[in-house]
Amino acid sequence: MLIEVKVPQLSESVAEATLVSWHKNVGDTVTRDENLIDIETDKVVLELPAPESGVLVEVVKGNGDSVASGELIARIDTEAKAGASAAAPAAKAAPVAAAPAPTKAAAAPAGTGPAARKALAEKGLDAAAVQGTGPGGRVTKSDVLGTAAPPKPVAPAPSMSGAVSPAPTSALPQPNVINADAIVAERTEQRVPMSRLRARVAERLLQSQSTNAILTTFNEVNMAPVMELRKKYAEKFEKEHGVRLGFMGFFVKAAVAALKKFPVLNASVDGSDIVYHGYFDIGIAVGSPRGLVVPIIRDADQLSIAQIEKKIGEFGAKAKEGKLSLEELTGGTFSISNGGVFGSMLSTPIINPPQSAILGIHATKDRPVVENGQIVIRPINYLAMSYDHRIIDGREAVLGLVTMKEALEDPARLLLDV
Amino acid sequence: MANKQFDVVVIGAGPGGYVAAIRAAQLGFSTACIESESYADPKGEVRLGGTCLNVGCIPSKALLRSSELYDEASHAFVMHGITAESVKIDVGTMIRRKDNIVTQLTQGIKGLFKKNKVTLLPGRGSFAGRENELWQVAVAARDGSTETIDAKHVIVATGSSPRHLDGIPVDNESICDNVGALSLGAVPKRLGVIGAGVIGLELGSVWKRLGSEVTILEALPDFLAAADPAVAKEAWKTFTAKQGLKINLGVRINSVKQGKKGIRIDYDMGDAAMTLECDKLIVSVGRVPNTAGLGADNVGLKLDGRGCIEVNDHCQTNLENVWAVGDVIRGPMLAHKGMEEGVMVAELIAGQAGHVNYDAIPWVIYTHPEIAWVGKTEAQLKNAGIEFRAGQIPFAANGRALGQGDTTGFVKMLACAKTDRILGVHVIGANASELIAEAVTAMEFGAVSEDIARICHAHPTLSEVIHEAALAVDKRPLHF
Repeated sequence: MLIEVKVPQLSESVAEATLVSWHKNVGDTVTRDENLIDIETDKVVLELPAPESGVLVEVVKGNGDSVASGELIARIDTEAKAGASAAAPAAKAAPVAAAPAPTKAAAAPAGTGPAARKALAEKGLDAAAVQGTGPGGRVTKSDVLGTAAPPKPVAPAPSMSGAVSPAPTSALPQPNVINADAIVAERTEQRVPMSRLRARVAERLLQSQSTNAILTTFNEVNMAPVMELRKKYAEKFEKEHGVRLGFMGFFVKAAVAALKKFPVLNASVDGSDIVYHGYFDIGIAVGSPRGLVVPIIRDADQLSIAQIEKKIGEFGAKAKEGKLSLEELTGGTFSISNGGVFGSMLSTPIINPPQSAILGIHATKDRPVVENGQIVIRPINYLAMSYDHRIIDGREAVLGLVTMKEALEDPARLLLDV
Repeated sequence: MANKQFDVVVIGAGPGGYVAAIRAAQLGFSTACIESESYADPKGEVRLGGTCLNVGCIPSKALLRSSELYDEASHAFVMHGITAESVKIDVGTMIRRKDNIVTQLTQGIKGLFKKNKVTLLPGRGSFAGRENELWQVAVAARDGSTETIDAKHVIVATGSSPRHLDGIPVDNESICDNVGALSLGAVPKRLGVIGAGVIGLELGSVWKRLGSEVTILEALPDFLAAADPAVAKEAWKTFTAKQGLKINLGVRINSVKQGKKGIRIDYDMGDAAMTLECDKLIVSVGRVPNTAGLGADNVGLKLDGRGCIEVNDHCQTNLENVWAVGDVIRGPMLAHKGMEEGVMVAELIAGQAGHVNYDAIPWVIYTHPEIAWVGKTEAQLKNAGIEFRAGQIPFAANGRALGQGDTTGFVKMLACAKTDRILGVHVIGANASELIAEAVTAMEFGAVSEDIARICHAHPTLSEVIHEAALAVDKRPLHF
């Protein structure tokens, strides 16, 4: 029986996706739930498992094609055989139309040795991306070393465009490889098409700046009280909750306190309406080896600091393994971006539409400040909040940021709701 | 005074721990390894190498060789026309030889530490706390003093201890675990063994060859359940019928009593109430991970339901920069598995990629004949519904095996019916422990059975049996 392989329902907010790389060639045997192809959306790279076991008889959409939800991309014959013996499928596949590039077939390795596997992992390469020179096209260590690593995904640069990632990002396999040394040494240029992810990031950044009236307000926070609290309870907290007491829990709680006091900071613009959200879904920028991702902490107002810290830890681990789901990356009513992890002291973050405000936090550094007429040294964190001036007045924005500052300088306020 | 600080502190100097420490030092980390006085020499000097070197793999193989020579001199010389009359064994000399080997190897690791600049800290290591992104590790020396050191990374490699049973007090004189069983002063006339696992079989056969009457009692109804069924069957036949080990399966122990005339064990086998009387008893019913006294509670280090330290695929625990390797975590309690994990963790700390291929870890049982395997058994493949082809060749069809007068056993290779990829290789026979290496290498490279069939194997060698088994997968053996 012929089974159609279709693109899964992506998500409300994701219109289309790009086929990144087929793991199977026409004529290959596939087993149910085996990954057929990686599909890159604006937000994540999805794996598409085979719906049934059989033989891949037709590939309708090749690598690099754009596809929409529900679109047909391949057909699997559940009754066909992959050929009389294991050695035959390549020969049998030849007459079938639309077979992908022959180099891939050669690179599907019978097996890669431990040294080559380690080298692949360290370069972030897939064995299929390397031309194998060993027996039967096997990828050897020297094959891997001779292949340039794919460029590291560029985190939406905090220093240039504001500390926030405008769209949640994830792994972005890029088709072309840039050799930085060669460019510098030989004064050459390389033209590389933007990946879907990068194109989307660019589009959203520009959209945000052209539709929002962005303004940024700054303040400074004396972090000493939070640091003291943290020092005092770090051990107990960790023992009790099994998670380290970080700073983010405090920042999230302080932000939620401000959003509760000034609901417009938590609102969105929809046409000529202002939509006030009765819930607090906070996007948190989390660093990952593949770039910056912004998973959402839902109902942050109802979570304890321990629960928030746990959630962030969980997101960090998932981000590391590229396992954040679309759901975890979609939505959000307010964002927090921590450029401080990269050492940023000041920045003007860009709003993540349709949200209306974003908090930028930075590196905490000792600074001389004046208290009671005396110059004293305090650990200072400069806060920045960008807001959409169309619906948020300066008064609300500034007082909102002051609310966060006061909560952080006197965390007891969080307990008393004052 | 500030605590001494290290990049990497390893708790435990068994195979997992000392290897992790050496690799970490090679990668440029300041490294310390903490080892308790569990295996201290008579002068109280710490001995490295853990269970494996002191009371496990190494000493048991030393005794194994002695007992094999004795057995050959007594029984096998005759067929070569060699007469050896009144062959005797002096157990004291045999044990001293074993002790010398242990001393030489444990000293060797000290030398390796020195060469690689690993700091050895004698004492019991435990977690004391965490401050300023550093772990505090307390080292309690035997003289009662405690030093606390700071570590960026901690690798827990505390190993395992023999499991003891309620009502069977191990004194390592009459009733022994692996420790006492390796140091018996004389050949016991009647030796009882509880547990027909790797340790029970190896030690049971050592003393059997030296003349003991050995009875092994096993709770499970199946013999060597982890091995391939064909291998287990062949082993059963060889150990019981040919070598005279008495092995009783499906046994329930009721009581163990020590009297003047020896040890009396009452047990049930099926519906029958039975009694075994013996002079020495070895209890080898598995091992338990060592986590007591580690201070896991002080820092919230998570253990799993079986008392192992919980880790992910990369041997990371629930605590930042705390890792665990070897017997104290999940997976088979094998020295070489711990060593691989030790290397992986050190390299992960250095930011390299690290991976242990748990599907290609060889298992070895040092009985005679030896048993070794890697990958899946036939039973596992059938349960998983994976179609396979099998090739099985007996050592009796091999010229070298005939020449050596040791033709017991066979090699069995299992390969995927579709792709021909090797899924498992099972060896029972002479030198199985060495032969299995070829199969492990092949599997690590994702080889197909035809790869082995097309590789030239020296003649006459035992390795040709693996070659023939690969040919037999495709039903075209040349010598069978």
